[in-house]
Amino acid sequence: MTVTEREQRAFIAAAAADARVNVEIETEGMTLNIGPQHPATHGTLRIVARLDGEQVVVAEPIMGYMHRGYEKLAEVRTYPQVTTLINRIDWLGSFANEVPFILAAEQLMEVEAPPRAAWIRTILFELSRLANIALFLGDMGVQLGAITPVFFAFRDREFVLNQIESVTGGRFHPNFDRIGGLKDDLPKGWIEETRGVMVKMRNFCDELEALLMGNEIFEARTRGVGVIPADVALSYGLSGANLRASGVDWDLRRDNPCGLVHDQLDWKVWTHPDGDSFARYWVRLQETREATYMVEQMLDGLPAGPVMAKVPVIIKVPAGEAYVATENPLGVMGYYVVSKGDLGPFRVKIRSASFNNISVTPWVLRGVYVPDVITILASLYFILGDIDR
Amino acid sequence: MIWTLALELAYWQQTAIKLVVVALVIPTAALILGYVFLMKMMSFMQSRLGPMEAGPYGTLQLLADGVKFLQKEDVFPRRADRYVFALAPVVVLVSTFLLFVVLPVGPDAVVSSLDAGLFFALAVASLSVIGILMAGWGSANKYALMGGMRAAGQLIAYELPLVLAAIGVVIQAGTLDLNKIVLAQATGEIFGWGAIGNPYILTQFVGFAIFLVAVQAELTQPPFDMPVAESEIVGGYQVEYTGFRFLFFFMAEFGTAFAFAGIASVLFLGGWYVPGLDPTSGWFNLIGPFVMFIKIMAVSALIFWFRFTFPRLREDQLQKLAWKVLIPLALLNIVVTGVLKVLV
Repeated sequence: MTVTEREQRAFIAAAAADARVNVEIETEGMTLNIGPQHPATHGTLRIVARLDGEQVVVAEPIMGYMHRGYEKLAEVRTYPQVTTLINRIDWLGSFANEVPFILAAEQLMEVEAPPRAAWIRTILFELSRLANIALFLGDMGVQLGAITPVFFAFRDREFVLNQIESVTGGRFHPNFDRIGGLKDDLPKGWIEETRGVMVKMRNFCDELEALLMGNEIFEARTRGVGVIPADVALSYGLSGANLRASGVDWDLRRDNPCGLVHDQLDWKVWTHPDGDSFARYWVRLQETREATYMVEQMLDGLPAGPVMAKVPVIIKVPAGEAYVATENPLGVMGYYVVSKGDLGPFRVKIRSASFNNISVTPWVLRGVYVPDVITILASLYFILGDIDR
Repeated sequence: MIWTLALELAYWQQTAIKLVVVALVIPTAALILGYVFLMKMMSFMQSRLGPMEAGPYGTLQLLADGVKFLQKEDVFPRRADRYVFALAPVVVLVSTFLLFVVLPVGPDAVVSSLDAGLFFALAVASLSVIGILMAGWGSANKYALMGGMRAAGQLIAYELPLVLAAIGVVIQAGTLDLNKIVLAQATGEIFGWGAIGNPYILTQFVGFAIFLVAVQAELTQPPFDMPVAESEIVGGYQVEYTGFRFLFFFMAEFGTAFAFAGIASVLFLGGWYVPGLDPTSGWFNLIGPFVMFIKIMAVSALIFWFRFTFPRLREDQLQKLAWKVLIPLALLNIVVTGVLKVLV
């Protein structure tokens, strides 16, 4: 088929006219690497975002920059040595990391911690929640551009860390939990001091509620941003406050308190129906306040007795498998421990909360603006050690 | 006999003095504002001490920082547009310098008394956006580019409320000359009571509020700091700058804050005038700078107070605020001012 010159010219002219129009309306996308070194990722998370202007088309989190191989390392250590490693998973609430592992080992050995140990364990568990979430409450402000709240958070978290330190000797990595109980009892005068700290933490919550949460700009930036409906949250395996902010009333402290004493306390699980960034902040703020009441109740009802059950000096865990999960500051944290009757575990699988929480980002980051990416990441609240382990 | 403090100087002497004053005022302003507000006020708001080591009470910290910046290597990104990249901080700083040209601190103590002084000031203030765009484009960095684009959109959007807020004052004073605006406030009367003159903040409080909000946006400070937003785009257009080029941006930021606080105090707080004195007295050339300094510090305290308190808006919310709230409000203010001016 021959094409006349006339037809050819007409075709070129039409294509050129088409191109002239399209040049004006089509813009090229841009790929933006958010991280691995970026202030908003507080660690080494990398998010590759395909942008159209300021709008995110596709975003993909890339994890593993901080992988330290704890699951493998745990296989070549004895049971008491493993707690040193797992302290460093969620480094802001270290003590809470030890609890599910120790509970799993106790379950395999069929040892039960004496009541006083269980109560103190729960107190420290909640204190590490306070230390962890307090920082989130301030850090959310920094991510949104308000630099002041985080300093209040650091100031008041210090009181909680002091209490943890005076019991365990370690501010960030207590390494205090033992199979069968705890290393030591509480120091003298600690209970009264802790009561004072709980009042301070409640004042801190009030302060942030007035300073940050009551701010119109904060609401404008967080309300309706990064909405995760309940079914999506469940299907991505979200847990902790992220799940409760989507309206799912599920808290392992109440629903499966294996070994901890939350079921003996009077407290409430806070949920929020919206599922947006504001809801996640709101739920965490309420939970922080609730945790201070919980600690006060536990200080009142602390039973007397030993803090260590009778366990052999050299711990050999009988063969078997156990999975224990607890409601850690960041969400559900579980350890699946397989024992072959040796000094150390044969295999440990760590289910950490942030890994699942961050997996929802490709879904929730579609079509949002770049500033909202930061809001959503901050409100999901992950800790890099908890993602990569 | 009216006592006037007048010196007879040759033209070159006057020019030399003016040049020195303008050249010194920006680093000095940056030092003062940086120390008093950025370091100390912010620290106290955040329950910490701030710098305490360099000099008594940390007063020399910024000088030490400045020396540190000068020692640093002048780094150019490999794919940067070298000339544009190198020139951008200078353009931004020049716009700040030009602002001080028309800022009066006494009846005669002004570098250049222009008939359209206010117009000139607001016009050169918008020059800085060119420098910021140059920095954003020349850096060859995606974050810098986004910062530059955000800055362009924001600064242009907020020029309008800035100008419109000032128009109310212009209508009331009937002049664009900044010194005559001061005189109009000094000789004005509040319902026949002329003891404190008539500082326009009393009648133009809406204009003052809009002006301050727009200044905050012009300075790219929180809650309008999207062009630099550390937690999002890591410093925006400044991200690739080091050493003395970064120092230029820093000085321009605080120098502009100082200049805008000066313009705000001229427009709304009566400038260099102190109630109870004769505004035509030559003594004002001497005490005017100090009066202006106190007023500038008061306005700056407000500006920086906002800076340390608020979270950041998003760009679309920022544009909505400018076009849907500030500009209609400013227009309404102009209408009301005009009607009252004719009626009263």
